[in-house]
Amino acid sequence: MALAYAPSLETTPVRIAAVYDHFIGGRWVPSSDGRTFATINPATEEELAQVAVGTREDIDRAVAAARDAYENVWRAMRPAERAKYLYRIARALTERSRELAVLETKDGGKPIKESRDFDVVQAAAHFFYYAGWADKLQYAIRGITDPAPVGVVGSIVPWNFPLLMAAWKIAPALACGNTVVLKPAETTPLTALLLAQICEEAGLPPGVVNVVTGDGTTGAALVVHPGVDKIAFTGSTEVGKIIKKSAAGTRKHLTLELGGKAANIVFADAPLDQAIEGVVNGIYFNQGHVCCAGSRLLVQESIHDDVVERLAERIETLRVGDPLDKNTDIGAINSPAQHAKIAELLESGVAEGAVLHQQACALPGRGYFHRASFFTGVSQSHRIAREEIFGPVLAIMTFRTADEAIEKANNTPYGLSAGVWTDKGAKSMYVAQRLRAGVVWCSTFNQFDPSSPFGGYRESGFGREGGVAGLRPYLSVPAGPAE
Amino acid sequence: MLEARAAGFAKRSLKNDAKLAAIDLAIRCIDLTTLEGRDSPGRIRSLCAKAVSPAPGAPQVAAVCVYPNLVAVAKDALAGTEVKVASVATAFPSGLSSLEVKLRDTEAALDSGADEIDMVIDRGAFLAGDEATVFAEIAAVKKLCGTVHLKAILETGELGSYDATRRASDLALAAGADVIKTSTGKIGTSATPATALVMAEAIRDFERRTGERRGLKVAGGVRNTKAAIGYLVLLDETLGSAWLSPDLFRIGASALLDDLLMQREKLATGRYGSLDYIAKD
Repeated sequence: MALAYAPSLETTPVRIAAVYDHFIGGRWVPSSDGRTFATINPATEEELAQVAVGTREDIDRAVAAARDAYENVWRAMRPAERAKYLYRIARALTERSRELAVLETKDGGKPIKESRDFDVVQAAAHFFYYAGWADKLQYAIRGITDPAPVGVVGSIVPWNFPLLMAAWKIAPALACGNTVVLKPAETTPLTALLLAQICEEAGLPPGVVNVVTGDGTTGAALVVHPGVDKIAFTGSTEVGKIIKKSAAGTRKHLTLELGGKAANIVFADAPLDQAIEGVVNGIYFNQGHVCCAGSRLLVQESIHDDVVERLAERIETLRVGDPLDKNTDIGAINSPAQHAKIAELLESGVAEGAVLHQQACALPGRGYFHRASFFTGVSQSHRIAREEIFGPVLAIMTFRTADEAIEKANNTPYGLSAGVWTDKGAKSMYVAQRLRAGVVWCSTFNQFDPSSPFGGYRESGFGREGGVAGLRPYLSVPAGPAE
Repeated sequence: MLEARAAGFAKRSLKNDAKLAAIDLAIRCIDLTTLEGRDSPGRIRSLCAKAVSPAPGAPQVAAVCVYPNLVAVAKDALAGTEVKVASVATAFPSGLSSLEVKLRDTEAALDSGADEIDMVIDRGAFLAGDEATVFAEIAAVKKLCGTVHLKAILETGELGSYDATRRASDLALAAGADVIKTSTGKIGTSATPATALVMAEAIRDFERRTGERRGLKVAGGVRNTKAAIGYLVLLDETLGSAWLSPDLFRIGASALLDDLLMQREKLATGRYGSLDYIAKD
């Protein structure tokens, strides 16, 4: 007999309104021109709600509300008082975690076990963590005993970890005394709007957090707005470059957390089954919609065939399906556009001569899904080895020595993350020190903690989120003698 | 990574018919065990009765597991049934007697009619680096057993690391053990999903190298149906469905059977039973 798993659907009811307004100045206000757009469930292709389209006027209002709250309420508030709001929000995130997880899964397509066990958990953790820093900022930067906030922060977050990225942006900003205008991604506005409700119910003073939904034009309006003191952006490198250009010549502070093409390096002396787990987690977690995904596997040539065989077997046990099913390992691709982009790159891999391997499962009859895939016979010049696919597609290449692995791993304009798999401690240290990546995981992958700084080099962006380093972009430090 | 993967198995969902089939499979894979100093013929007869007929409609377990002195009583009580008699041997649970004594211990169990032998490996020798002795002892016991199935207990709770568990697994399989078993059940740490996963990986790689299929037994610490089904999922996703059989998988347990019977009853009637309705043997 084989074991037949039954669907185990998460059934916690979540109330989704038919129409959502922006959250500006502590009130729910429709778009200035009354327009709305649809947000859908990518697993079912069904519309979930209509959401307000953010216009220039809406952004103006939001920035004005944030400025008003900043000058008159938030910056002068006793830090310990600010902290109380953050603790309250953190607590609410924990109490409403199941609801948030279901909403995140419905709006974005990620498996419920991820939104439940990772996204919402980490989001609450970030609020708890930064709440603790609010009244200890005099210890955040050496030599600066009275750091000031920056002012009004414009935060633009992506669709791959909608709630979590909002938490990463809002928690440190508020802890440092800034106010925020948040622009969630076009395809995933709902958890940001629920977070706004949570802020409202926590009694957060009006205007401290504002949420303006919309598309790329809304984000662009926020980025160029003269009333914004700092932009915090997580998204594609392409858009990051546009933002950086537009910020040049202004006095806006800027942090960017962009794309990646991380290498997971597996040496012959690694515990192979555990390395395979790390590789699988690195590329198939969240359908590969992860900036720090281990999308390249650099495997030592002597174990290549063994690793490929084990990987092929292992991906047969991954379950692609209804994201609300607790059995599901790989959920829906976030949007038809992303689905098409992944398909195009899969085709390019085959066209350029790599060999495609995919798990043999059936896909649901509707919704946007891709099977777990990997390519062998890849060379560094193939598009699948160079471009960020942002899907469940791994490119496998070989190396002979540690130095060759390091060289290949660094041979990319990105530099966000990397993984090193070996049982030899000295080798682990040697390689980790030479990898040009903001985060290097040794014999593990995708480990996160609010106290640990996350961010990249070069075209993966600059600035760090998490830890003390994550406070820095939200504090204004006077220029003077060396810090 | 190992622990994260292992923790995921118990989260798979089996319902209704699939769950009933899994519960019945788990029951059929149980080695119903009593290994107490106060075991008496009466106790054994009572255990064997339960092994043969755990509850109306429920399948039989795979085997009972007892000390060598009680093998004859068990054989007699199980005559005419399919339930096997497994005997611990080799100075169970410590294994710290001479090889001569351990072989005589095994012989006594075999002479009494044991269908299976559960031996312990010499952990002291293993941890001192004397793998040759560990290997030789397992091989010697297997030679004595002949076609009788030999389970080698690694006592993973004493080995200190997952690497050591993997090493001991590879050693025991190479030396001829038909089944590698996690624990004696006599120390604080027994079977865990992570150690079972390491051992399953060893069995899988052994098959890949030699073409031979060896078995896995998890013993101790498997407290309830959810955990038992988790091990079945582990087998299915690591080794494949061929291992979903008492020929290649056993659970050494006593109280687990009662929980499986309660879950079985719940599926059949829709209501949770009570331990009061389950015979205590």
